[in-house]
Amino acid sequence: MKITLISIPVRDQEKALKFYTEKLSFIKKKDVPLEGGNRWLTLVSKEAQDGPELLLEPAPNHFEPSKVFQDALMDAGIPYTQFDVQNVDAEYERLTKFGVEFSMKPTEMGTVKVAVFNDTCGNNIQLVEEL
Amino acid sequence: MTFYEKELYRIRSIVYSNEGQINTVIGIRNYIENNYDVNLNLDLLSQIQFVSKYHLLRLFKKYYGQTPRQYLINKRIEKSKEHLKNGMSVTETCFAVGFESLGSFSTLFKTKTGKSPTKFQKEQLSRSIIDSKFGTLEYK
Repeated sequence: MKITLISIPVRDQEKALKFYTEKLSFIKKKDVPLEGGNRWLTLVSKEAQDGPELLLEPAPNHFEPSKVFQDALMDAGIPYTQFDVQNVDAEYERLTKFGVEFSMKPTEMGTVKVAVFNDTCGNNIQLVEEL
Repeated sequence: MTFYEKELYRIRSIVYSNEGQINTVIGIRNYIENNYDVNLNLDLLSQIQFVSKYHLLRLFKKYYGQTPRQYLINKRIEKSKEHLKNGMSVTETCFAVGFESLGSFSTLFKTKTGKSPTKFQKEQLSRSIIDSKFGTLEYK
């Protein structure tokens, strides 16, 4: 068994695709049309194109509890997904210039430094750097 | 301030209150990051931070969730992947990341990545040939 997929619930797949590729620099890997305009849409990170895929899934639009859960996480500022970076401060500067909104600025937490931003698709995302 | 941020500060004040210990383990991690390619052992690491080696082992495991040895091995495997992708030979790669035996490097590499260094390199190199022929498969 292998771990190959991480899913992120999004309200609008096209908008999510733009944000994740243009702002976060991920690369589209699979785009399979499904019924009702939904897609099986996955991304990979540029540095690890054979690594785990990120699935942008439209669950909140079709399954109410997913929407409720996503809203509750957003209100509490809780990130459910995190990405590893070399330098949190540099990413914070870069993304802020692109207009990305952070609910938590780079903060040291023991042996890591973290920051949290809004992905504009319903999620808080955490960046983490190991110190 | 969000609920999450408040919780983070609360937990930090409990779990990460000992700054001396944190600085020690961060120092050790940085040392491993910069010296993974030489023969590292607990004796050496403990001398650098002036702590006993068993204390160091416990501290590192407590804060990073793995032993210094496990951390070092993962670092070496990660680096060896980069070398292999760039076309360095398996033997050269083995020594460049600090392993002393080709056999144990190959076995370890296969355990960690699922394929031997030779097979990994072949796949990576054929991929880069495809990329240069057809352009990188990037869409917007």
